[in-house]
Amino acid sequence: MDYFIELFFVGLTRGSIYALIALGYTMVYGIIGLINFAHGEIYMIGAFTSFIVATVLSIYGFPLLAIVIVAGLAAAVWSSAYGYTIEKLAYRPLRKAPRLAPLISAIGMSIFLQNYVLLAQTSDFLPFPELIPEFDFMEPVAHIVGSSDLVILIVTTLVMLGLTFLIKFTKIGKAMRATAQDKTMAVLVGINVDRVISATFVIGSALAAIGGLLIASHVGQINFYIGFIAGIKAFTAAVLGGIGSIPGAVLGSLVLGLTESFATGYISSDYEDVFAFSLLVLILIFKPSGLLGKAETQKV
Amino acid sequence: MLELRNINVAYGNIQVLHGLNIEIKSGEIITLIGANGAGKSTTLMAISGVVPVRSGKIVFEGEPVHKLSPEKLVAMGICQVPEGRHIFPSLTVQENLDMGAFLRNDSDGIKDDLDYVFSLFPILAERRSQDGGTLSGGEQQMLAMSRALMARPKLLLLDEPSMGLAPLVIKRIFEIIQKINKEQNTTIFLVEQNANQALHIADRGYVIENGVITISDSAKSLLQNQDVQKAYLGI
Repeated sequence: MDYFIELFFVGLTRGSIYALIALGYTMVYGIIGLINFAHGEIYMIGAFTSFIVATVLSIYGFPLLAIVIVAGLAAAVWSSAYGYTIEKLAYRPLRKAPRLAPLISAIGMSIFLQNYVLLAQTSDFLPFPELIPEFDFMEPVAHIVGSSDLVILIVTTLVMLGLTFLIKFTKIGKAMRATAQDKTMAVLVGINVDRVISATFVIGSALAAIGGLLIASHVGQINFYIGFIAGIKAFTAAVLGGIGSIPGAVLGSLVLGLTESFATGYISSDYEDVFAFSLLVLILIFKPSGLLGKAETQKV
Repeated sequence: MLELRNINVAYGNIQVLHGLNIEIKSGEIITLIGANGAGKSTTLMAISGVVPVRSGKIVFEGEPVHKLSPEKLVAMGICQVPEGRHIFPSLTVQENLDMGAFLRNDSDGIKDDLDYVFSLFPILAERRSQDGGTLSGGEQQMLAMSRALMARPKLLLLDEPSMGLAPLVIKRIFEIIQKINKEQNTTIFLVEQNANQALHIADRGYVIENGVITISDSAKSLLQNQDVQKAYLGI
């Protein structure tokens, strides 16, 4: 039973990290109907930013908590700047182009960013400092669950509650939902749609950056390629839950995380990805719109 | 208040509006009638800044506005209720109304206007926490008009408010249009296929055919005009 609980928590942790990235995919898709393939790279850049900031700060001997907070903020801000710029350079000029054009542009951006970080940093795996401390109060459960898993769960839950509040109750959140539902009308009530789209990229990027910090600290190493596989997994999760749906992205991520964890734990870690993507194939066959997605009706 | 001077609009190679001239004075109800595809909705979208004007001038309260963004035009007081109502389906009635007041920051004024639209359409107050998409067609039209009123417009552009509604509901909607015009002193530009209803509440009217204004006269004389009777009133 302990083993089951352990796997369950490992799966939840994994899933909640996927969710932080998947939210960016799903929010962007909801508003402009684009799969932002460069989103995984945003996450990778977040991990690198927090790596650099944390390393520098620890050289100067700052306390751990200060390092985590500053590194997290720096990563969120820096990744947001990237997200904002990518949208402005690579997608905005193609807003009226056929749907395939921005998609190719996104793939191009993804390849560009990977190689840019490869050149600026190195292709080796870099050891990531352990940023998540062991807390005493977690002692009773920590022997099964692991302290950093718990911290990741708590942080992601708080971040998602914050996001829910933002989307449900703030002016920009309502404007985002309105724009996603009816762009023409959003323009007619005076919403600056370009600004709303930028805000979406900024928020999605900040979430991915936080995910980058958490998982890099959990795994303990990073390189320029980590964004690719994380991006594909999170994209899978977003499709699984129904792309465009925010609760769907969270649910899809948790389902994916748990599937991987149980498959690894009970069968073999070699089959982790096989199970993840078989799940995707099954969902696409039997419920193409995803777990919580609405079927898109196209007027003819 | 609003003047369209020699407006030309084209989608790609296809010209839709050919040298349109329309003048709307403050406090009037003006109607634009015409058949499907005559260019009625395009005229409104050009005024709202959504469709670019190829040549010509739109002047609002003495200022040229045809190059301004839709956002600026809403802020200046030009609001449109588009054809098909365009309710945000997964936003509640209340949130739809909030979106109407998107550019405003005067919370007291917003509250007053909310009370006002609820007094016009009490049914919306009952349904305020319901999703917009769950309303009936008539209720959606009421919500769409209320949402536009939440911006406190000086000029309200209405695109086919009667479309797809039951006769009793249409009657109610047109009464409200007159009421808004009188009580709020809102100038109204009403685009309609339902020429009979529109001409009965309007001061003046324009007839548009294939992107050209063919007749412009007082609403009374248009109702008597034989060509208009034959083409649009079914008499």
